[in-house]
Amino acid sequence: MLRIAGGNVYDPANGVDGVVKDICIADGRIAPDAALAAGVRTIDATGMVVLPGGVDVHTHVAGGALNFARGLVPENQRVARKFLHGVDRRAGLGGMTPTTFATGYLYAGMGWTTVNEAAVPILSARHTHEELHDIPIVDKTSLVLMANNEFVLDLLEAGELERAKHVVAWLVWAAKAYGVKAVNPGGVEAWKWGKNANTLHAPIEGYRKVTPAQIIESLASIVDDLRLPHPVHLHCNNLGVPGNFATTIETMNMLQGRRAHLAHLQFHAYGGDDWSTMRSESVKVAEAFSANKTLTTDAGAVLFGDAVTITADGPWQHLLHQLTGRKWGNLDVENETGCGIVPYVYKERNLVNAVQWAVGLELLLLIDDPWRIFLTTDHPNGGCFWRYPEIIHLLMNAEFRREQVSQLPEKARQRIVLADLDREYTLSEIAIITSAGPARSLGLSQKGHLGVGADADVTIYPAKPDHGFLFSYPRYVIKGGAIVVEEGDVREVTSGKEFIVHPACDEQIEEYIRPLFEKAYTISFANYPVEMERLRHPQIQDCR
Amino acid sequence: MITLTLKEAPSVPLEADMLSPDAIAPLTIEEIRALPVYLGKRQRRVDDFFTVEGEPGDELEIRGDARRVKWIGRGMTRGRIRILGNAGMHLGGSMKGGSIDVSGDAGDWLGAEMSGGFVHVHGNAGGQVGAAYRGSLSGMTDGTILIDGSAGLEVGMRMKRGTIAVGGLVRDFAGLQMKGGTIILRSGAELRTGAWMNRGTIVSLQPIPLLPTFAYAATYNPAFLRLYAKHLATLGIDLPCDEGEGAYQRYTGDAAVPGKGEILVWRPRAS
Repeated sequence: MLRIAGGNVYDPANGVDGVVKDICIADGRIAPDAALAAGVRTIDATGMVVLPGGVDVHTHVAGGALNFARGLVPENQRVARKFLHGVDRRAGLGGMTPTTFATGYLYAGMGWTTVNEAAVPILSARHTHEELHDIPIVDKTSLVLMANNEFVLDLLEAGELERAKHVVAWLVWAAKAYGVKAVNPGGVEAWKWGKNANTLHAPIEGYRKVTPAQIIESLASIVDDLRLPHPVHLHCNNLGVPGNFATTIETMNMLQGRRAHLAHLQFHAYGGDDWSTMRSESVKVAEAFSANKTLTTDAGAVLFGDAVTITADGPWQHLLHQLTGRKWGNLDVENETGCGIVPYVYKERNLVNAVQWAVGLELLLLIDDPWRIFLTTDHPNGGCFWRYPEIIHLLMNAEFRREQVSQLPEKARQRIVLADLDREYTLSEIAIITSAGPARSLGLSQKGHLGVGADADVTIYPAKPDHGFLFSYPRYVIKGGAIVVEEGDVREVTSGKEFIVHPACDEQIEEYIRPLFEKAYTISFANYPVEMERLRHPQIQDCR
Repeated sequence: MITLTLKEAPSVPLEADMLSPDAIAPLTIEEIRALPVYLGKRQRRVDDFFTVEGEPGDELEIRGDARRVKWIGRGMTRGRIRILGNAGMHLGGSMKGGSIDVSGDAGDWLGAEMSGGFVHVHGNAGGQVGAAYRGSLSGMTDGTILIDGSAGLEVGMRMKRGTIAVGGLVRDFAGLQMKGGTIILRSGAELRTGAWMNRGTIVSLQPIPLLPTFAYAATYNPAFLRLYAKHLATLGIDLPCDEGEGAYQRYTGDAAVPGKGEILVWRPRAS
């Protein structure tokens, strides 16, 4: 039991905006005042700021692709921050692609307590869960890649939507996932023919009828029909390409009325015809997004410096490799998806990079409803998650932002609107985009707030941060009622939970999948689904 | 000058990156004796392995067969290291300045990713001399490495600037993915010299097997080489460049990349 006394509490989900009050914790949850016995441990939080623990709605922290990336960039590991092993701590490396244990220490050290691994092929789901288990302290969810799965695409081609729904449900459970991810729908499948899917309404390579639009609409309805807590998590077609804002807006309008989460919107909001004419189209994208009230998104903001791009979007990664001449990793994931990895440096003096940096911030500032856009960098694609405080500072301080804009090349400044935006985020809004909003979008009702019954994930910052960088140094981080970080140092290493869903499906569907699988895959069917025993702290979240 | 005499050769590699003028100069002799070295995963003291004598300063002399002592002179920026005997892997790795002189042999990764300074090995060296560490975009970016004896694989791999001159035979892949700088092969090299090279110059004073992706361009005596030879003469290296003695055949490549590098092969005038 624990009492956090006298802090300024920001709990936007419960309408609490900087009110001085006590937060009581019993049995790992927020408890009513009366539940605490006298004389329990009290943290004197007078003058401090109390927020719900951070929730990352889109990150890449575990699994085959990330591990491949770790191996591909030994030069980054050499300069990465080192975590030495101690009595209760395992050794690890920070840097662009932190190792599992370091990932937990870094997230918790920053005050984040829940993370969503956003791209898991079923074939490497077992590996992903092993790694997620090795990420200490934080709670985890994971999304399974579905928009280029040939079982699903074949059924859409045949017009068998109902059966496709059962296949998706079976696959989600086979991967022990929490939700459904769609990456470059149809494009990754086309990549296996050396092609991509650039328009929403043309049939994809290898199929006569199925279009990206059909894949998106079908998956959105399937996810709704299955009542999954998190809507379809969509990485739109044409990521990173100048002029792609049109595809993004078309996708949003097509989804009208359906739930969907659009991942890393920054990478999908560019105008222009080629790299030399690329410009920000954040105003149009933000407008279309704001009008479609059933959508949520995350920023996928870019920070200048080193990054490693990791995505299931194989064709884009090949293009990026050709553009930069940097090394390239490509993984073929049999009949499910693809994967590409290219190390990348975002440079302030580079026109394209400067526009990308601005677009991420512009979207965060132009979309007025903080409940619908969340803070991410699409870690490690746009920058590392441990650099979030830098973005928070840029959002909270218009003066500082303008100063940064003034250092961009003149050519870049003409193509962005960032300098014209005066909005400054309040602490309450920061609490929404980093915690309350993403928790709500993920359908994790026990996360992102400090109401009675919520998981006791609380971050306490030393003073009222007028400076976003202060978010790097929480005074205390409490996870599930345990004080895990004190004064920037990990005090107690706990194991996080893994949230999964078990959508209802026709039990006969396995007999439909089995022969197809045995015909096409290289492993035996019995080894395909992840066994429940593989998950160490699973918690099945109800479908809505 | 501080003198470190190896008591006996360690049974497994000893990591000793503290053995550099930068680390030692500000310390007392007692502090130097207590500096940490790693024998495998175990932390030990310098004086567990070395007898330490002399006056602390910018100069360091290491005596004995230190072929299992790694990282000597790591990142050094000044001063002088003299090794009477052999040195282990990563000697002068990432060094920025100062000089290292080895009377015997040096191991792999000699002067890897160095950005300045001077290294002279009187015996043989291992592979990856002046190279980029795995994954890095570039190897040595400046400085000079002289090897009197032979050298191993991937000499000057991804080097960007600076000079490597090898007296003896060099093994495969000299100048692999080279981006600039100069490699001088006084006794030639084995296979695939200059593979994937983008820019830079490889000079061989002996005929060498060339990849098919190198195209013959001309036979001449490049003007820059005369100038270069004058500089190399100050380091005790004699590079022929007199019209009367012969000429260089210039090959460009590697066309597989495609690159704009050059391999100059000396052809003495037939007498």
